[in-house]
Amino acid sequence: MSILINKQTRVLVQGITGQEGQFHTRQCIEYGTNVVAGVTPGKGGQSMDAVPVYNTVQQAREQTGANASMILVPPPFAADAILEAIDAGIELIVCITEGVPVMDMLKIKNYLARTQTRLIGPNCPGIITPGECKIGIMPGRIHKPGGPVGVVSRSGTLTYEVVHQLTQMGMGQTTCIGIGGDPVNGTGFIDCLERFNADPETEAVVMVGEIGGNAEEKASAWIAANMKKPVVGFIAGLTAPPGRRMGHAGAIVSGGQGTAEAKIKAMQESGIHVCKDLGSLGKLCKKVFI
Amino acid sequence: MKIHEYQAKGLFRQYNVPVPNGNVSTNSDEAAKIAEQLGLPVAVKAQVHAGGRGKGGGVRVAKTLKEVVEAADAILGMSLVTKQTGSEGKKVSKVLVEQGVTIKKELYLSIVPDRETATVTIVASQDGGMNIEEVAEKTPERIIKVSVNPLTGIKGYHLNQVAFGLELEPAIRKPFSALLKNLYALFVDYDCSMVEINPLIITGENTVMALDAKMDIDSNALFRHPDVVTMHDPDEDDPKEAEAAKYNLNYINLDGNVGNMVNGAGLAMATMDIIKQAGASPANFLDVGGGANAEMVENGFRIILSDPNVKGILINIFGGILRCDVLASGVVQAAKKIQLSVPVVVRMEGTNVEEGRRILAESGLALINATDLADAAKKVAELVS
Repeated sequence: MSILINKQTRVLVQGITGQEGQFHTRQCIEYGTNVVAGVTPGKGGQSMDAVPVYNTVQQAREQTGANASMILVPPPFAADAILEAIDAGIELIVCITEGVPVMDMLKIKNYLARTQTRLIGPNCPGIITPGECKIGIMPGRIHKPGGPVGVVSRSGTLTYEVVHQLTQMGMGQTTCIGIGGDPVNGTGFIDCLERFNADPETEAVVMVGEIGGNAEEKASAWIAANMKKPVVGFIAGLTAPPGRRMGHAGAIVSGGQGTAEAKIKAMQESGIHVCKDLGSLGKLCKKVFI
Repeated sequence: MKIHEYQAKGLFRQYNVPVPNGNVSTNSDEAAKIAEQLGLPVAVKAQVHAGGRGKGGGVRVAKTLKEVVEAADAILGMSLVTKQTGSEGKKVSKVLVEQGVTIKKELYLSIVPDRETATVTIVASQDGGMNIEEVAEKTPERIIKVSVNPLTGIKGYHLNQVAFGLELEPAIRKPFSALLKNLYALFVDYDCSMVEINPLIITGENTVMALDAKMDIDSNALFRHPDVVTMHDPDEDDPKEAEAAKYNLNYINLDGNVGNMVNGAGLAMATMDIIKQAGASPANFLDVGGGANAEMVENGFRIILSDPNVKGILINIFGGILRCDVLASGVVQAAKKIQLSVPVVVRMEGTNVEEGRRILAESGLALINATDLADAAKKVAELVS
C-alpha cells in the first residue's frame, strides 16, 4: 500500500516537449512510472519518445485515461496549466514549477476547494511511491520500496537527504511527498498525515518543515489529537535571520512569526520526536521506529 | 520587491488613492523649486526602503524655502539609521517633497495575502501612526481584520465591515470606502505581497489621504509588471547579493565565519544550522540550485571569499539530478582558477558519489573530504576555531 499514487496511476506531463519536461519524463519512465500522455499546445499529434502528445489536457485524458498530471511549464503558464488540469477532471496534479505568483495560487486554492482534485506543490520535488511510481524530479535510486516509513516535507534536496539516511539505515518508504516551499500550496502537512495515518503499510512518519508560516504548528496539534503512529520531525532554519527569504518563497520569519524555535517547541509538545541534528536523523528514526 | 514611497504614491495616483501633492528630488535646489510650486509648508522625506524614518531624522517639516534647502541638504547623503536598517544605516540619495496637510485623525490600513486561509486580508486600526505590531500585541481589540476571497474580490460588505469597524463618521465613510476599493484593485493588479498606509489621515477638510505608502511586490510576478521592474533601485541591494543574483545564485550575507555552498534551499538552511551546532557560525546562505555547473561553483567561491570574515568553507551537495562527478569537476576547475585562501571541506552524497570523491582526491588540491554531514560540520568548525 501507499498513498495517492501507485502502479495503476496513469500520468500525463504538461510541458512534455520542453527541455525540463523531456528530461524528467524520461527519468520517470525509466523509474517505472506509467506515463501515458504529454500535453503541449500546438504539438498535438507528435510524440516525445513513445509518449503521444496532445494539444489539451481534455483530449489527453479522453484518449488515454490519464488520472494524474505532472506540470513542468514555466511560471507564467503554471496557473493556466493547473486550472486546465482541474477542469479536465484530473484527480492528482503535481506542479513542480518554481516561481508561481502568490496571487495565482490564492485563486487556485479557492477554486480547488470546490473540486475533487488534489494539487501537490507548486515549487516541489513531487511524490514517489518507491518501486511503483514517481511523479517528480527526485532521484529515484535513493529510495527503498516497501515501507514502513512515510515522508512529508516542504523541501527538495533536504528530503533526499532524509530519504537517503532512512535507506542507509535499512528503512524503506511507503510514499514520500514534497509539498513545496511556497507560502500557498495545494496540499499541506495534515492532508498527507491523514492519509499516512490511514495507510496500513505506513508504520511511522518523518515530517520535515522549515521556517515561515504556521503549517508545522497546526500539523503538530493535529498529530497530538489524531496520529496513531510515531512521528520524527525536523525543522530547518534555526540560524536564518528574520525578515529574509531563505531561497523558498515561503521560508521567511516575519514579525516574530514562523521561527524554527516555535515550530520545534510545538512539535515537542505534541509528542513528535524532534531531530535537532540533521546528521543523526537516520539513527534517531531507527531508534524510534524499530 | 520593495519600491520607494514616491513610486508607490505614483501608483496610488493612477488608482485614485488620494495622496498629498509632491515630487521627488536628488538635490536641494530642485527640492526648493518643488516646494515653491507646491506652496509652503512642505514635508521633506528620505526615500529609503526602511520604516522608522521619522525617528531617524529622515523626515522634516519646512516652513520656508530656506528650511527646505536645509532639510534637503541634511537628509540627502546622510546614512539614515532606523531600527530596520542596522547600525550602518542606509544612504539617502532622493527626497520626496510633499505639500503639508492638516491632520484630524490618523488611521492604519494595510492589505496582505494570508497564506493560511488563502485569502486577501485587510488590516485596519484607529491607532494610525503607531507601530502596528505593538498595537496588535497590546490592544488586539483595536485591530480589524477582514478577509476577501480573491475569486469574488472586494464587495460592499467588506468595505462596510472595515469602515464601520473603524467607527468612521458618516461623512468619511464614502471617501474611505472608495479609497479602500481602489487600493484593493491596485493590490491585486500589481501582485502585491504588502501594501501599507501608515498613517492614513482624515484631513481638516474631511477627506482621506495616504500620508505614507509602502508597497512590496511579489518577485515571482515581475514578469507581468515591466513597469515595476524599472522602479528597482540598485542602491538598496546588498552588493554581494546582487552579484550572486547575476549568476542565478541565491545568496544571503550573514555575520559568521564559515562560508557554505549547498544545492537546495532547505538543505542550505539545515547546513547553516549544523555549522552552528558544531560550534562555528555560518557566514552566508548560498543555494546553487539543482543545475549547478563549474561556472556557478566558481562564482559561488568568489562571492563567499569576498567576505573577509570567512575562515573556512563547507560545500554540501546532495547529488540527485545534479551528479556528484559533475559537481566535483566544477569544484576542482573553480578551485584551480581562483586562489583558495581558506580550507575547504567537501561533503558529497548521492548519484555517482564514488566517482566524485575520486576526482577530488586526485585533483592535488587541499580539499578536505568529509564522510557525512556531522563529520563535515565538525571538521569545518575545528578548522576555523
